Amino acid sequence: MHALIIDDSRAIRRILRRIVEPLGFSVLEAEHGQDGLKKLHEHIETVELILVDWNMPVMDGLQFVKALRADPAIRRIPIVMVTTETEPAQMARALMAGVDEFVMKPFTVEILTEKLALIGVRTPTVHASGQP
Amino acid sequence: MSTATLTPDAISYVCTTVRERSAIELDVSKSYLIEARLAPVARSNGFDSINDLVQSLRRQRQIKLEAQLVEAMTTNETSFFRDVHPFESLQKTLFSEFKTRNAATRSLNIWSAACSTGQEIYSIAMHLREHFADLASWKVQLVGTDLSDDVLARASAAKFSQIEVNRGLPAALLVKHFQRSGLQWELKPEVRSMARFMKLNLIERWPPLPVMDIVFLRNVLIYFSPETKRAILEKVRRVMAPNAVLFLGAAETTMGLDAGFERVQVGNSVFYRLK
Repeated sequence: MHALIIDDSRAIRRILRRIVEPLGFSVLEAEHGQDGLKKLHEHIETVELILVDWNMPVMDGLQFVKALRADPAIRRIPIVMVTTETEPAQMARALMAGVDEFVMKPFTVEILTEKLALIGVRTPTVHASGQP
Repeated sequence: MSTATLTPDAISYVCTTVRERSAIELDVSKSYLIEARLAPVARSNGFDSINDLVQSLRRQRQIKLEAQLVEAMTTNETSFFRDVHPFESLQKTLFSEFKTRNAATRSLNIWSAACSTGQEIYSIAMHLREHFADLASWKVQLVGTDLSDDVLARASAAKFSQIEVNRGLPAALLVKHFQRSGLQWELKPEVRSMARFMKLNLIERWPPLPVMDIVFLRNVLIYFSPETKRAILEKVRRVMAPNAVLFLGAAETTMGLDAGFERVQVGNSVFYRLK
């Protein structure tokens, strides 16, 4: 079971990896949306979660989400956008494009695991409610 | 119990102790939080005030009491849709049940006791707007109560930090019901105006309350002695309508305390219905 982490910041990718690996995911990393699409196609059967930044070079997170959701051959994989974007209108655009949840930076382990529970991502070590 | 203002010494002691024991940094601006969290700890240990509790700890090391203090200060703050199960049962069964039961009066009263900064009662307000059809033609009273003036002021203001809205609140509801206000997020007036807040200390004389259909009293009773729990549950029963329901925290129960309630389990949610 893979989680695909797409962020141009190596530091953020490392933080997210440290959060989702203990939840039972193997991690795939990509530096931008185009790289993310490539990795996704390489592991299309096993990716169960996508964590994607918004502002990235080459292909940003919103473009990635639109490309992914426009492809009828790809099943609906949960997408959480992990971003500094906090304008409600922008967030609404991303939700319309097919993002399932938002985590606004800065965030904690609890915030991310609660958001995963909210969208029904099953993890071996998180209670259904996401609350202790 | 005295609600005397916290002394700088008490605030300093709590901040230092919590930092040393948990690595969590509190600051003086969180004095409302210290008051809200430690008042029940002081009371259940027989102190007249938090200041008295701190003085006692300064005089003599009391490991158990110190642990209670740290635990109370470091337990997760209230969050939107905290523990999703009660909200699932509202949506799946209780809203439709009360819609039928109260059809004659078209009224619904819900109480969030120990409401803290308001996330619970506002979660209920948003949940009603999403899942209670014909809401506009009903008279709905949502009441939040707490013993702390500071948290009530924050609840009424309905402004939340980014960390607070990041927790438990679905993004779709965030963009629908909140607007940015500087660095904070402010509930839109149509949701904020659904709730009102009053000062109420559960162990003192209560102000008049509407007859309640649904009561949220979660993670409060754990701080009280069995005798006080019984007294509070009896008073809660007296403001509940026939067949009204009570939600307690996951670690709390009426069993062994009050025979006037019947435990009901719906899916993963447990509530207590007035017999």
